[in-house]
Amino acid sequence: MSRLLPLPVVVPLLGAALTLLLAARPRIQRLVSVLCLGGTLTVALLLLVQAYRHGPVVLAVGGWPAPVGIVLVADQLAALMLVVSSAVTLCVLLYSIGQGRSETGETTPVVIFHPTYLVLSAGVSNAFLAGDLFNLFVGFEILLAASFVLITLGGTETRIRTGSTYVVVSILSSMLFLAGVGLVYAATGTLNLAQLAQRLDDLPGGVRLTLELMLLLAFAIKAAVFPLSAWLPDSYPTAPAPVTAVFAGLLTKVGVYAIIRTETLLFPGGQADALLMVVAGLTMVVGILGAVAQSDMKRLFSFTLVSHIGYMIFGVALSTVAGLSGAIFYVVHHITIQTTLFLVAGLVEERAGSTDLRRLGGLARVAPLLGVLFFVPAMNLAGVPPFSGFLGKLGLLQAGVEAGGPLPWVLVGAGTLTSLLTLYVASRVWNIAFWRSPRLATAEPAVRLPSLMVGATMGLVAFGLALTVLAGPLFDVTADAAADLRSRTPYVRAVLPGGAP
Amino acid sequence: MTASGAEPVLVLVLAVGVLVGCGVILLLERSLTRILLGVILIGNGVNLLILLGGRSGGAPVVGTGPVDRMSDPLPQAMVLTAIVITFGLTAFLLAVAYRSWYLTGDDEVPDDLEDRQIIRRAERDEVGTADIGGEGPDDDPEQVDPEPARRRLRRGDEA
Repeated sequence: MSRLLPLPVVVPLLGAALTLLLAARPRIQRLVSVLCLGGTLTVALLLLVQAYRHGPVVLAVGGWPAPVGIVLVADQLAALMLVVSSAVTLCVLLYSIGQGRSETGETTPVVIFHPTYLVLSAGVSNAFLAGDLFNLFVGFEILLAASFVLITLGGTETRIRTGSTYVVVSILSSMLFLAGVGLVYAATGTLNLAQLAQRLDDLPGGVRLTLELMLLLAFAIKAAVFPLSAWLPDSYPTAPAPVTAVFAGLLTKVGVYAIIRTETLLFPGGQADALLMVVAGLTMVVGILGAVAQSDMKRLFSFTLVSHIGYMIFGVALSTVAGLSGAIFYVVHHITIQTTLFLVAGLVEERAGSTDLRRLGGLARVAPLLGVLFFVPAMNLAGVPPFSGFLGKLGLLQAGVEAGGPLPWVLVGAGTLTSLLTLYVASRVWNIAFWRSPRLATAEPAVRLPSLMVGATMGLVAFGLALTVLAGPLFDVTADAAADLRSRTPYVRAVLPGGAP
Repeated sequence: MTASGAEPVLVLVLAVGVLVGCGVILLLERSLTRILLGVILIGNGVNLLILLGGRSGGAPVVGTGPVDRMSDPLPQAMVLTAIVITFGLTAFLLAVAYRSWYLTGDDEVPDDLEDRQIIRRAERDEVGTADIGGEGPDDDPEQVDPEPARRRLRRGDEA
């Protein structure tokens, strides 16, 4: 089984090379990328089953045993993230194929879209599977380099402007991460996560806290946690719809994943918990207040994206099994829903020519299917029962109440407020764009949306609903993953079976 | 790096500080070229920092000397990777700066569109425009002339 482990990284990378060679034959190029991502999804599912039944799957790359060699590890958390991320990337790929020529038509060199997209997916997989800190850094760099190309796709003036902000902020966070990696190595003499888990415990408290904060700072920029989130709503909305969707779904969550990993495996003491809770609360409230003020759908969803990152950080900051389990469930839910909403925004733009709420109206009458496709994930995001958003928030709030204490209670209040404001934002979009009397020139003949785009979006909406129906088993998996993360021993024992040298 | 001991040399530590410090100051500029120079300086500073994390000594090849006098090879391997990555990112940033100059005639990063709108509004001391979703006559579709939305017809679709 462990032989399968490198495939989610290697297959998309080789696929990227192949699609670059096949640039002149778009049909085969598309087929290759779909096959690559489909294969990745299959492997990810197998890994999840294996990790759930028999514990973490470990592969020492090149036959060099840990801690000397590089290891790839798929424990339940990593495998679960891999499954969701590959399912979402596959759906978005189908959507982008349906969109055919990417947004701006002739000016966009679509030829490089597929290779870059595959590299991005390889980077995401590598970050999830990385068993040492430097490999995690490399995974981040792979996905960032690909995202730089995707966000400036076409090189138009607005994309270059917003892209330059994104590029500079990302490079800065990479530098911080790299400096953190260097300092961790200087302090402990290793970068293997399992070995670090043991060695970091022996460090003096001050050094440990400094390293923790340094890594947290780097990951928080990538995850767009409040004081470091200003770059996100500025840079995401200008990219083509599929690109924005996959960025919104995955890239910030890779940061959240890294935060979960460092907070549980490397620094389990919970020294930064109070700080994390404060920033989590601020992320929720400030983010959603930003969304309330927006008048463009894509920008609005960017702000809800920032806001809901706060829920996951809240779950991590509780450092209880229930909190972690809720946070992992919320990550899974949020990847799916946020991606769906951005895809729907893309459909709206395709259908009505704009995502500006001031120019939209009556879409529910003009395009009823689009209305359903928006309504379900929007209510899901807002946390209306019985959807998975409600279950995720309920899990987190329950964990907060269980933890007790003034700060968790404040956070529970902030979480409820954020949920209500999200509902307000979602229904505002619904009322304006879909429910009021039509603002499009309805006399014009309806533009038919490409069926593959609608199909891919429907697939993701159905996936979101499946998360609701299968919430019971899914919570079992996340609770199990959270218990493993908290106890740390399954991970460490799987990577270093003979104990640390 | 000197072959004397395990402690990092003060000069190198100072060099890291100076490189990163200068880089940060350059990053605060608006022109992309200066930001690029800042990124290069910070990148070099951080790479040097990684190198300082390992023990210094002789060449780490088995058989060339006593093992305890060898330098730590791992930071050197990491720094090579990091240099390549920094190089790639710098090249991309350079391309963005060039494209920006090509399109707009300079490489300054202007403010966000919404920020500019807010600043303009603050200068004119305006309150926010009417809530687009709110009730009231302002928003009643029967009383307000809808602005026709811009439509794009897709090529190849039955329009």
